[in-house]
Amino acid sequence: MKTLARRKFWNGFMTGLCALGLVAAVAPLASLLWLVISRGISSLNWDFFTQLPTPVSEPGGGVANAIGGTLYIVGIACVLGVPIGVGAGVFLAERGDGKAGEAIRFMAEVLSGVPSIVVGIVAYGLVVLPMRRFSALAGGVGLAVLMIPPLARSTEELVRLVPRTLREASLALGVPEWRTSLRVVIRTALPGILTAILLGVARAAGETAPLLFTSLNNQFWNWRADRPTASLTVQIFNYAVSPFEEWHRQAWGAALVLLLLVGTLSAAARFLARSRVGARR
Amino acid sequence: MNNGSKKIEVQKLNAWFGATHALRDVSLSVEQNSVLAVIGPSGCGKTTFVRCINRMHELSPSARQSGRILVDGQDLHARGVDPVDLRRRVGMVFQRANPFPTMSIYDNVAAGLILNGIGGKHRDLVEKSLRQAALWDEVKDRLPQSPLSLSGGQQQRLCIARALTIGPEVLLMDEPASALDPIATAKIEELIRELQESLTIVIVTHNMQQAARVSDWTAFFYLGELVEHGKTEQIFSNPREPRTEDYVTGKFG
Repeated sequence: MKTLARRKFWNGFMTGLCALGLVAAVAPLASLLWLVISRGISSLNWDFFTQLPTPVSEPGGGVANAIGGTLYIVGIACVLGVPIGVGAGVFLAERGDGKAGEAIRFMAEVLSGVPSIVVGIVAYGLVVLPMRRFSALAGGVGLAVLMIPPLARSTEELVRLVPRTLREASLALGVPEWRTSLRVVIRTALPGILTAILLGVARAAGETAPLLFTSLNNQFWNWRADRPTASLTVQIFNYAVSPFEEWHRQAWGAALVLLLLVGTLSAAARFLARSRVGARR
Repeated sequence: MNNGSKKIEVQKLNAWFGATHALRDVSLSVEQNSVLAVIGPSGCGKTTFVRCINRMHELSPSARQSGRILVDGQDLHARGVDPVDLRRRVGMVFQRANPFPTMSIYDNVAAGLILNGIGGKHRDLVEKSLRQAALWDEVKDRLPQSPLSLSGGQQQRLCIARALTIGPEVLLMDEPASALDPIATAKIEELIRELQESLTIVIVTHNMQQAARVSDWTAFFYLGELVEHGKTEQIFSNPREPRTEDYVTGKFG
């Protein structure tokens, strides 16, 4: 019986350790959410979402241009990155067993390990220097480079999950391979690919480093791709490092807005993924 | 019904997967409007054989083949023969029903046209195919629904209807009833007999009774070789080869 008692003790002890680990993992997240919500909520009002930033001395104002700018830059990143990422993924899944596929897979692996600040420098060198100005386009290029590798890998996985038999069914009907890929294979994998794109967008929207010296910032509305553009993340950064109490409050508010935006996107992606699984059953 | 002309002629067909020699020197011919049953134990090359006839075999990685296959006297691998066109003439039904899950029942039947970008109204053609596949009465009120709402047997008949829509001359069936219950199987067998009036059919089956019921000719494959090919009555009642006799009487396989 002594061994049983000992076993019970160790069982309880280890369970306790696991619970402790869970608390240690969740606590920072919870405190982060609490901090951002409690400090940011007071800044949120209608003006915050609809007004431009005001100069330091004037109270009020909002981050409307930064919200719009983030969506705009992420939109550019999608236009550039989604076709390349999805295209590379489809290629890897359908023709990726040879040397070329291995090479692309390896590059994607390496690229996804590159720190985002380095990606920012690359976008700076590729777009900002030749154009001689900071621009939304440069920011979009930076974010696109970050989006492509994970998108390519998840697209590959998703396309590989499409049963071979569906491909064959289409080919046996005398449908050419490219139409089969497009209208049967990709079509079947589409809900999953959309989920992967949404997750990529959520990740890109939260990036600061690639935007710092590419799209820079802007105190006004801008919808021109070749002009500096505001973004929530850079705006938060600028407000946070400023010496002004009012701007600090604005930074917390903007952080909360960003959190809501990214959270909504992630939740939408998970919902889409779940409803797809539901449909399969 | 058999007018005796040769629809398919296979000459010294060999097929490989990498180093595996899946078919060895197979030669046989199939008459127009006849049903050929291909029987034999698992792994004997039956499926590979039918997949060579619509050039699906060559899609497998590391697949190779030699020899000639002629449909209507034309070599399938002759210069200028497009496998895509060939597959419109030689349709195929697979072992497992594989309707397109993202399309409706209606779109599945018309898939051969829709996927090829042929627009317009296919209603009459869809109805005709579904009637031919003996499925019309069961699905006529639920054409916009998902094919996954159908039973296994219905899904398989849907796949047959889908293959018929493009108007093939030959229909290859790879164990079409192996996953179905006896009632669904009987429907498909009845269907084969009806389709024979307009098509030439090659059916792979594991079920000896099925081969006896539906086919005019039977080919027995063993370890990649064509052991015996003859009239179905002869193969089942009076086989020439002892191996055939052992197999059709259930001594092995």
